Amino acid sequence: MSTITSRGTITIDVEACKGCELCITACPPQVLSMGTALNQAGFHSPLLHPGCTGCAACLFVCPDFCFEVFRFEQPMATAVPA
Amino acid sequence: MTTTVAGPTRRLMEGSEAIALASIAAGCRFFAGYPMTPFTEVLEHFARCLPEVGGTCINAESELEAVGMTWGALATGARAATGSTGQGLSLMQESFAEISLAELPLVIFNLARNQGDYFQATRGGGHGDYRHVVLAPLDITETVELTQLAFHLADQWRNPVLVYGDYLTAHVQESVTIEPINFGSVPAKDWAVDGSRTGTGDARLLSPLGIAKVGTEPVGIEAHLRRMTAKQAEIQRRETRVETGFVDDAETVVVAFGSPARFVRAAVRELRATGERIGYVRPITLWPFPSDAVAAAADGVRTVATFELCAGQMIDDVRLAVLGRAPVVGIGGISTDGSGFGVGQLLDVERVRERILAVHRGGPDAELPALPDNERALW
Amino acid sequence: MVTIDTEHPPSNARQVGALKPDLLITGEHHLCPGCGEPLALRCLLDTITELELTAQTIGVMGIGCYTAFSMTLDVDLVQALHGRAPSVATGVKRMRPDATVFTLQGDGDMVNEGLQEVLHTAARGEAVTCVLLNNGVFGETGGHMTATTVLGQRTKNTLEGRDAAYHGYPILIGDLLARLEGATYVARGSVHNAGAVARTKKMVRRALECQERREGFSFVEILTMCPTGWFIPTGEGPGYLHDTLGEVHVMGELKVDGRIRTTEELHAENVARQRDVEARLAAGGLDD
Repeated sequence: MSTITSRGTITIDVEACKGCELCITACPPQVLSMGTALNQAGFHSPLLHPGCTGCAACLFVCPDFCFEVFRFEQPMATAVPA
Repeated sequence: MTTTVAGPTRRLMEGSEAIALASIAAGCRFFAGYPMTPFTEVLEHFARCLPEVGGTCINAESELEAVGMTWGALATGARAATGSTGQGLSLMQESFAEISLAELPLVIFNLARNQGDYFQATRGGGHGDYRHVVLAPLDITETVELTQLAFHLADQWRNPVLVYGDYLTAHVQESVTIEPINFGSVPAKDWAVDGSRTGTGDARLLSPLGIAKVGTEPVGIEAHLRRMTAKQAEIQRRETRVETGFVDDAETVVVAFGSPARFVRAAVRELRATGERIGYVRPITLWPFPSDAVAAAADGVRTVATFELCAGQMIDDVRLAVLGRAPVVGIGGISTDGSGFGVGQLLDVERVRERILAVHRGGPDAELPALPDNERALW
Repeated sequence: MVTIDTEHPPSNARQVGALKPDLLITGEHHLCPGCGEPLALRCLLDTITELELTAQTIGVMGIGCYTAFSMTLDVDLVQALHGRAPSVATGVKRMRPDATVFTLQGDGDMVNEGLQEVLHTAARGEAVTCVLLNNGVFGETGGHMTATTVLGQRTKNTLEGRDAAYHGYPILIGDLLARLEGATYVARGSVHNAGAVARTKKMVRRALECQERREGFSFVEILTMCPTGWFIPTGEGPGYLHDTLGEVHVMGELKVDGRIRTTEELHAENVARQRDVEARLAAGGLDD
């Protein structure tokens, strides 16, 4: 096991997402990936992995206003498999 | 040039100036237009007079801009107007249609080159189910009144009102007094935008598309259009205006509107004085058309004649009103000099009288006195 | 792979970005996946809020996909005819000189149907801000050529790509407007990535500030993705925008304080800025 530090995090309005994937490429630390679950409208939506910086790039490029962005007072460490 | 806006004034002025001053008396504070004869002087007078009362007159780059600017001014709740000749108004028809659907109180002045804009004025001219109230003044005194009435009716019904004049309306000088006329109160403009509701959750949307903000009562385009249609029916019931003369025992009735009606009325009065049983009907509103008055006048007559300075357009409405009660014939026609502004040889009481008498004596099939060819060019 | 909970807001963090702009009643809309127009709209709305212009703003809407937002914008709006918004905005501004007045139009609306409107409004120096959402196609009708479609671009009526000999050349509307005396601030932004969005937002801010100072006409053109109208996967939209439209409609401030800037100047600035943005993103944020 090792740890990855997240300075920020996000919430995702999964039902508002249309699965365009613009956030995936826009994310500088590349901590977003597309999930396999479908929402009510039949779209995939992104998943967040450890390492978010709270930079809000996802929010800037999201046409469907899915993201809220937060910055932690103290960075969070998440244990991940080595 | 002395100040002409403030206070009631009785003086000799041309119709163009009377239109501008009467508009200002009615509270108009915005005008945009593009020069075109014989409308041009209306724009000139607005350009001179509106700044004197803190208003704005924009010499628009085209009729498209003119009507667009006026649309914007109306949206803020201001009394605003535009105008042109029929040709220029053709360019504005798309906006007229949508302004009607957006229910904005637009006032339009058509200082036309003849009466061939009747269909344009009364049928819409643009797309969709809409109608404009159309007022056709006889002379400058009535122009002053109907101009002010136009602003009142536009606000009353949230519907465009068109004042249909011509070269004579624009340029004949008469002695008139211009002071505000009180037609009664109009509904508050609780739809106008001023920006103050932005961000309050209560912002307004002025749209011709039958849509409303999320969270407000959904309208829907179908319901919106049905409401428009119902409003038109109400306008027809309440706003029809007409002048009739000598129709009760008439054998011949002549229907005419606008400046030419003045010639017709004079001719009919002269003929009445000699004992001829002739009457006239003068629609003051072309829409709503005074069908009931025309129908009543047509009852029992031998001939209904229409006198229009065009190939014949109002005659359709007359026929629809008369509904076979009597034959309807046109005794006007295309009449212009080389200027093309509709001031031709038919605008002559003598000629009008000849034609009325021809159908009065000979009935609907009577041959009309011929007009000599008029090829004289202006230059 | 470890996944972080994105359903619940964290308790030990401060919010730095909200779901939707305050001036939208709801963020829900029916524009296509990957559309750039909501991003441009966010630039405009957030800037109005940040400049505290909310209680005085009036918008005039053109006709295009973005017109759908007229129902959800918490902004006093006047819906104009296709192409005619600048004239309507003129009438609004003349009667409400203290209001902040913007138009929102697409390239089909502004550059095709209403070119003369925006040119005359700029030449008159009307103190309004016209915002153009330029994606080089008629998105609402399904991807047809507009006056800003670049050479070689495939649309439904330029199937082999826009050919200058057959279809003529694109109009660079920002460049055209910058030449007019009455235009004070003219800029061309884009929403193809977060850095471009942040930069575009600053352009919108400068344009609105220019209007507040009554310095004349201000204009922001925003290049937006239209993957549906470009017939490409949504994920390829930003790259296509950058490489196709962005190469012709070059991003940057075309006129600031009355000074016109050349395409070469804009190019040089863009290279420097890209380096800066990458450095700042690596350092962790763009929200300054």
